Amino acid sequence: MTVKVQSEDFDVGAELAAMTGGKTGIGGVTLFVGLVRDMAGGESVSAMTLEHYPGMTERQLEAIEAEARERWPLDDALIIHRYGRLEPGDRIVLVATASAHREAAFESCHFLIDWLKTKAPFWKMEATPDGERWVEAKDSDDKAAARWTKPA
Amino acid sequence: MKILYFAWLRSKIGVATETVDLPAEVRDVGTLVEWLKTRSPKHADALANSTVVKVAVNQEHVPYDHPVGPGDEVALFPPVTGG
Repeated sequence: MTVKVQSEDFDVGAELAAMTGGKTGIGGVTLFVGLVRDMAGGESVSAMTLEHYPGMTERQLEAIEAEARERWPLDDALIIHRYGRLEPGDRIVLVATASAHREAAFESCHFLIDWLKTKAPFWKMEATPDGERWVEAKDSDDKAAARWTKPA
Repeated sequence: MKILYFAWLRSKIGVATETVDLPAEVRDVGTLVEWLKTRSPKHADALANSTVVKVAVNQEHVPYDHPVGPGDEVALFPPVTGG
């Protein structure tokens, strides 16, 4: 179980190899890679700057990963999230989950990215032709996260 | 108490962190936010709409009725937009 918060890019193939190397009990890995888009709300985006809350970010990501581990039988989970200035096409985030069976890998990966979007303290600022603007949170992200809330 | 501001709250208020001495009436996040509004017109403007001001105490998300004390690290920020 690993969490990395970094400004540098990551190599998806190398991360996959590191996660699965020598662990022949893993039957499947699900990977989600988030990228910077060149359009948002009908406007072109030339760059994006990600700010975060050092300390709390790692803590929240570790808590989310621990929650996934409790809910699904995982062999491993990995979250890498970048901060700083990124350009369209750049990788922002990697979520990878490994399990003996695909269902646990798919579901836990989906859960992790949905929860991360509403709990991890990151904020995006986009550079557009009209200047820089902070990205607003979307209701659809709250709804996506809410579907993973366990009934009380 | 140490207060941290992030994203547009930081740009509107003009500082990333400040250390404050709490008056007696501040007991929870809600009364803290109300008191912070009185510190300057910039604070009042940035904190005007509490539905977009989220709070973490000691790096955990908390609701407005969560208690706060002098030793806490309190962060105020807009809804998160990572991923």
